[in-house]
Amino acid sequence: MSSQSPHPALSSVPSPLQAGRLRPTLSARASSHLDQLEAESIHIMREVVGEASRPVMLYSIGKDSAVMLHVARKAFYPSRLPFPLLHVDTTWKFRDMYALRDKIAAEDDIDLIVHRNPEAEARGITPFDGPVHTDMWKTEGLKQALDAHRFDAAFGGARRDEEKSRAKERIFSFRSAAHRWDPKTQRPELWRLYNARKHPGESIRVFPLSNWTELDIWRYIQREQIDIVPLYFAAPRPTVERNGTLLMVDDDRFPLNPGEMPVLRSIRFRTLGCYPLTGAVESRAATVAEIVEETLSSTTSERQGRTIDGDQLASMEKKKVEGYF
Amino acid sequence: MDMASLLAPHGKPELAPSPDKSLLRFITCGSVDDGKSTLIGRLLFDSKSLLSDQIEALERESRVHGTTGDRLDFALLVDGLSAEREQGITIDVAYRMFETAARRFIVADTPGHEQYTRNMITGASTADAAIILVDARKGVLTQTRRHSYLVNLVGIRNVVLAVNKMDLVGYSRERFEEIVADYRAFAASIGMSGVVAIPICGLSGENVAERTELMPWHAGPTLLQYLDRVDVDDDRLAELPFSMLVQWVNRPNSAFRGFSGLVSSGVVCPGDAVRILPSGRMTVVDRIVTMDGDLPAAGPGQSVTVTFRDEVDCSRGDVLCASADPIEVADQFEATLVWLSEEAMLPQRPYLLKIGATTVPARITDLKFQVDVNTLGQDAGKTLPLNGIGVANIATDKPLPFMPYAKSTDLGGFILIDRLTNETIGAGMIHFALRRSHNIQWQALDVSREAHAAQKRQEPRLLWFTGLSGSGKSTIANLVEKKLLALDRHSFLLDGDNIRHGLCRDLGFTDADRVENIRRVAEVARLMTDAGLIVLTAFISPFRAEREMVRGMFAAGEFVEIHVDTPIEVAEARDVKGLYRKARAGELRNFTGIDSPYEPPEQPEFRIDTLSMSPEQAAEAIVARLLQA
Repeated sequence: MSSQSPHPALSSVPSPLQAGRLRPTLSARASSHLDQLEAESIHIMREVVGEASRPVMLYSIGKDSAVMLHVARKAFYPSRLPFPLLHVDTTWKFRDMYALRDKIAAEDDIDLIVHRNPEAEARGITPFDGPVHTDMWKTEGLKQALDAHRFDAAFGGARRDEEKSRAKERIFSFRSAAHRWDPKTQRPELWRLYNARKHPGESIRVFPLSNWTELDIWRYIQREQIDIVPLYFAAPRPTVERNGTLLMVDDDRFPLNPGEMPVLRSIRFRTLGCYPLTGAVESRAATVAEIVEETLSSTTSERQGRTIDGDQLASMEKKKVEGYF
Repeated sequence: MDMASLLAPHGKPELAPSPDKSLLRFITCGSVDDGKSTLIGRLLFDSKSLLSDQIEALERESRVHGTTGDRLDFALLVDGLSAEREQGITIDVAYRMFETAARRFIVADTPGHEQYTRNMITGASTADAAIILVDARKGVLTQTRRHSYLVNLVGIRNVVLAVNKMDLVGYSRERFEEIVADYRAFAASIGMSGVVAIPICGLSGENVAERTELMPWHAGPTLLQYLDRVDVDDDRLAELPFSMLVQWVNRPNSAFRGFSGLVSSGVVCPGDAVRILPSGRMTVVDRIVTMDGDLPAAGPGQSVTVTFRDEVDCSRGDVLCASADPIEVADQFEATLVWLSEEAMLPQRPYLLKIGATTVPARITDLKFQVDVNTLGQDAGKTLPLNGIGVANIATDKPLPFMPYAKSTDLGGFILIDRLTNETIGAGMIHFALRRSHNIQWQALDVSREAHAAQKRQEPRLLWFTGLSGSGKSTIANLVEKKLLALDRHSFLLDGDNIRHGLCRDLGFTDADRVENIRRVAEVARLMTDAGLIVLTAFISPFRAEREMVRGMFAAGEFVEIHVDTPIEVAEARDVKGLYRKARAGELRNFTGIDSPYEPPEQPEFRIDTLSMSPEQAAEAIVARLLQA
C-alpha cells in the first residue's frame, strides 16, 4: 500500500456549512431506491470488514461484479479496498473479459488474486466436457482458493431475483468447513443485524447485492458510469446457433461441427461466463441507455442465456449445496 | 383466465426508465391455504415482472405439480426450494422483487405454518407495510390474529387486510364487511390502527392491479394502488435527534481519520456538535465524506464517513449522537423477546447480544411473563421455548447506547447469539432502561483483594468440581480441603446439597433453576476469592455454558475446572444417596444422566478418572498441582 493517497480529494478540506446557518434539507436523491440499495450494500460490506478476519471479494468480471466493486470503493473511500479480489478462472472466459480484468488489476487500489484449479488444468477440462467443467473449474477451484488463503468471508455478486433458490438465500450465508450450504441451518436475519460469528474453519459467503435486480444493476451502471465488458453492448460478432442458443466463436478453441460456419450477427450478452456456455441475444442496444430500454421491454430473463441452469429444475440449488457460489 | 391468454405477449410499456423510484418493503402473512404464494405470483405477473421464459417454465411446472387445473399455478413461482415443493409448504423467508412506475418493491414471503413464527418475525423486521391475507370463506382465524399480533409487535405501521378468494363467496359485500368488522375489533384490542381492507381474488387478479366490475361496491384502492401510495417511515426518522452507528474506522493514512457508518436517525451537518457514546466524549463534525464528494448533510439510511475537528477516541460499536440531545446509555433493560432456537431460553445463561455494531455478553435476568399468541394472555414461566414471546429484563456486561425500539429499530432492536454454537437464537426489542442501572454503582473498597490474599499468603483459587451425581465430587473436595487445612491454607467448601438448604432453597431442578443455582454459587465464590480464600465447589453443574460463564467471571488461571469422571453405570451402581433408583422409578424428574443431560468439560484443568484412582490419590494430585503452581 502506498503511503500517498490516490485520492486528491483528501488534501482539500471543504467545510461549506458553519453551525448556526440554515440547515440544508436532504435532497430528493437521498431517497431514490438506487441510493437506498447502495447504502444498504455499503452497510453490509462494512459489517463484514468489521467482523471477519480475512475477507475477500469474488470478482467474476461481469456486470454484477463491476457494480459490487464500485460500491465497495464507495464503502471504504478514501481508504484502499481492505480486501483483495479473487478471480476463479476457468481459462474459458471471453477475451474481452480477460482484458477488463487485467485493466482493473492494474489500478492501484486493487489486489487481484487469480486462481485456476491445477487439477482441471492438468486434465485439460473444457466446457465441452459437460458438467465436470463447472464442478472442477468453478466449484472446486473456488474451494481451493478459499482454503489456500484461509479466507473466512467472501463477497459474491449474486442477486435474489436471479433464480428461485436465490430468493431464499440470506445475505450472510454460512458454509461448513467443507463449504457446504444447508438451507435449514441458515441464521435468521433481522433488521440490519448480521451475526457473523463462526467457528474456525467455517466461512461466510456474503451477498451485498441481494436485493438488487437486473434493471437496478443497469440503471446504476448508467448513473455511475461504471466500466463494463464491451460484450454487454451490441456489435457484429461471429456466432453459431445450436439448439436455439446463439454462441459466440471467441477463439479457435471452439470446435465447429461439420458444415458449421460462424455467421456475423449483431449480438450482445446479458450475462457473461465461459464463452462456449453463454448464449447471446440479437440486439442493437449499443449504449447503457439502450440496454436499460431493452431490458425494460424484454420478455425473457437473463439466466435464459445460461446453459448451466437449464438441465434440470432446481439445479442451482443442488450446485449451491455442493459449494458453488 | 386460461393459460393461452396469459401467454399472450405482454411487454412493459408503462414502465419509465426513470431511476428515481422509492423503495418499499412489505411482508405477506397468511395461513397455509390463504393463497399467499398465489397472490405474490399474481403481483409479479400483473406488474409485468414476469418474463415469457419464466411464464413458459411456470406453464410446464403447472402441468406437473400444479393444483389449479388448467390455470397457471402462481404458487409454483414462489415456492423456491425443492424440499418444500415436495412437502407443499413454504419453509423459509423468500424475498421477491418487482416494480411499478412509482416504486421498487421487496416482498418478504413468509410461511403461515404454526412453527415458523421465527420466519415471520424475520421477514417483518425490515418491512414498511404488511398484507394480512384472510380467506373470505374462513374469516379471521387464530393464525390471522397471531400474524397481526406479530406485525404489530415489530412495529409495522401500515397494514392492509386483504380478504382473498372473494369469488368463492360470490363477491359478497356482506361477507366482506362482516370479516372487516371482526378484524377491526381485534386490531383495536391490540392497539393496531390504520388498517385498510381490500376485497381481492389473487387467482384471477380482481382488485390486485385492476379494479373489477364484480365488486363495484369497493370504493377503496386496489392492492397495487395501496402499495404505490402508502407512506414510508423516512420523515419520522429524519425528525428524531441525530444518531449514527460507527461500523469501521476509516484510516487510509496518518492525515485522515474518518468514522464510517449508517445514519440511523436525524440529520447531521458539518459543524454540528456530537457526542460519542458510551464514552460521552464530545467533538464537532468536520466533514461528511463520500466518494462522490463531501455532503452538506446526511440523514437516515445514508452510509457515510464523518471526520471530527479534533482527535478523539472512537471505534467500531460506538454511537454518534447530537450533543444537545444525546440518547440514553444503560446496562439493564426491559425488552420483548422472541425466541428463535430449539434450545429454550434460560434466565441467567450467558448469551451474546448484538445491537447496532456492538456485541456484548448479556443475561436475561428475569422473564416477567410469556405471551400466548393465540389468546394474547400472559402466562407465568421462567423459560421461553422456540417461537416463544415474552417480556424480560436483560443485563449487559457493558453499558449500551440505545433508543426504545418504538422510536428506532437500529438502536432498539437486538439479536441474541449462543456463545457455543454461534447461532442467532433470539431477537429483542428494547422498551426502556431499568432505573436501577442508573443508581447502583460500585463502591470503591480500601482493602483490595490483593491485600486480602497477601495477608493469607496464598493465591485465591476456585476449584470447581463437576461430574455426575455419585461420581465422588464431594468426597474428593472434602479430602482436598482437609489437606489444605493441614498445610495452613485458608479455604472454604461450597457443597451442592448444603447450598440448596439455604441460599438456593427456592430453586428446583429445571434447566432454568440449575442455571440460576450455578450463578448464585459463582457470585458467592467470587466474593470469597475477593476475601483471599481458596474456594472449592462440588456441584453437578451439568451445562458447559454455565461453567464457561463462571470461568469468565474469574481472572485467567483462577478458575480450575476439575472433572470427576465416573461413568454413569458406575455412579448408578454406587448410588450412595439412592437417587438413581428413585429417578429410574420416575419419582425424581430432571435427574442428570437419566432425563437431563450432562455435558462433560472439553478441556478441564483436571480430569479425575475415578476408576483408576482412589479419592485419596486424586486429592493428593490436585493439592500437589495447586501448590506447585
